[in-house]
Amino acid sequence: MGRGRVLTGKHFMLGNYAVVEGALAAGCDFFAGYPITPANEISERMASRMPEVGGKFLQGEDELCSVYAVTGASLAGAKAMTATASEGFNYMLEGVGYAVAAEIPCVIVDVQRCRGENYATQADVMQLRWAASGDHEMIVLAPWSVQELFDHTVKAFNLAERFRAPVIVMSETTIALMRENLTIPDASEIPIVNRRRPAVPPAEFIPFRAEKNGVPPLPNLGEGYGILHSLNPHDERGGIAWDADVFERMYERILGKITAHRREIVETEAYYLADAQIVLIAYGSEARPALDAVEAARENGIAAGLLRLVTVWPVAEDEIRHAAQQARAVLAVEMNVGKYAGEIERVVGRRCPVVRVTKNRGEIHTAQEILRVIEEAAR
Amino acid sequence: MTLNPLTRNLREGSLPHFFCPGCGAAQVLNYFLRAADAVGLDFGRLVGIGGVGCTARIPVYLKADCLHGVHGRTLPWATGVKLHNPALKVVIFSGDGDAAAIGGNHLIQAARRNLDVTMIVVNNLNYGMTGGQVAPTTPEGANTMTTPYGNVEPRFDLCALAATAGATYVSRWNTFRSRQGIRAIEGALRHRGFSLVEFVAQCPTNYGRRALGSGDAAKNIRWIEEHSVTAEQAKLLSADDLGTRFVLGDFVNTSRPVFAGSSTMPQGGES
Repeated sequence: MGRGRVLTGKHFMLGNYAVVEGALAAGCDFFAGYPITPANEISERMASRMPEVGGKFLQGEDELCSVYAVTGASLAGAKAMTATASEGFNYMLEGVGYAVAAEIPCVIVDVQRCRGENYATQADVMQLRWAASGDHEMIVLAPWSVQELFDHTVKAFNLAERFRAPVIVMSETTIALMRENLTIPDASEIPIVNRRRPAVPPAEFIPFRAEKNGVPPLPNLGEGYGILHSLNPHDERGGIAWDADVFERMYERILGKITAHRREIVETEAYYLADAQIVLIAYGSEARPALDAVEAARENGIAAGLLRLVTVWPVAEDEIRHAAQQARAVLAVEMNVGKYAGEIERVVGRRCPVVRVTKNRGEIHTAQEILRVIEEAAR
Repeated sequence: MTLNPLTRNLREGSLPHFFCPGCGAAQVLNYFLRAADAVGLDFGRLVGIGGVGCTARIPVYLKADCLHGVHGRTLPWATGVKLHNPALKVVIFSGDGDAAAIGGNHLIQAARRNLDVTMIVVNNLNYGMTGGQVAPTTPEGANTMTTPYGNVEPRFDLCALAATAGATYVSRWNTFRSRQGIRAIEGALRHRGFSLVEFVAQCPTNYGRRALGSGDAAKNIRWIEEHSVTAEQAKLLSADDLGTRFVLGDFVNTSRPVFAGSSTMPQGGES
């Protein structure tokens, strides 16, 4: 009866497939998506894999259907995911807002592409953060390899369940359509987080009560709790009559549950940073040529280093500040017109100049291109 | 004070409701409670879904789990809920805007798939909550806030649309005909597959005052009933006459397999 849930072992796998296997390993049992290149392989593999593990696959009539089916399934108790690409994500914004307000765990994969074309870009990095109307924080992970597409998809599910929030895996054409070595560990070695469930019977349960910056427990639909899951501002009991205090407190908590747990969420990797004078900051696939360039610079006697942002949102403010402390210059490397650089400039402040190293031509930087900027900055 | 025993199925503390005096949506809430009681619906296993608008508030009052507050996406929600847990009873309360405009494609697809949910549409012929704008269901010529010179667009026949798309249970009644309406909801709740029950309903505050020249609910209901014909009577009318009427009846009641996902293994087959 087909393959199992966790394909433990060594693989040479397409990035989009690694996302699917990561989702399955994390316990995903509902997927909905609408065709869009370059994310199609995710849906296609889900269509064959979901029935194998007793999960459900839906090809929605559009992205709106997909994202809302995911929120509905999640409330019914599923670990649910959707995947799309840039313009497809536009349609999903509405559902992201609902998932934020109603605090619904779910995973959204965005395989970024150039608007209207399938060439590589990181141009969605701001949109993913500021996706929904109204107030929200957003957790966005930026894998740089096929292995991390697997790992981060697992992590995304765990963060979604932990914080009752939508979590976005920011993929890119580069890694999504690349085949690389992938090691899938034994199921027992994959950490799994499940949403907190009510500890009291329905009569005693107050559905949206949580400690400061806390995450309320979530029962499944149809378990007798009778909860109103509304986009509208709601009080602890779910009542949606307008009350300015309720509104203010609700979003303090919904934002606070992410910001107060920054340290638990934010992840970075440091390469040669200890004595680095030229500090590169990069995320996603751009960190690959950035690291090559740093190593080439080191061979030429330049004290360069790389801070790789594994999580792009929330911003790794402490790590960026620390890396910039002794730097002569910070190089913000990205595959777009220069977007995240604004965040880096904000955090670095007047510590040192921030040089924007951008490429907006549908292809990844070469190490040579980045090396040239390093050499200039070191002069 | 003796309360109506059906209030046991209303969410605690949710009354008084927010509907305007004489609102048709509130009447349909009443009809639903009666029908649910008649079929012995288990409210603990019920998921009520409402989008945005006056009708979308109906499930907010039910003592059941509820998804609410996003315009037009009731059926996508329902699809996710129902696929993951087919044992749940899902009932959608939708205004004509939710059903015929912003959520129109979802309606077509859910009917085509024969998603096993009940959709109750309160068609009050306009956008009530936003102040009375024209809807795809507004009769031609009607004055609304966005058709000050009269509506020039032909109106949608939601029941015909649902039936054509593949819905397996389709009825339309009006708020005047409570018995038939309640019976239609009962049938929908018992039905396995996609069921749609439309109510032509009064909106005294907006449609009544602007299009009908009166905010009197009773007068509005009478106007609807006077413009209603049964499917049998409709057969005798000319196309022109029919264009100005609401055709009432139980139109479809058939059976076919319900939706279980876009990719399923053949039953008993090898993968």
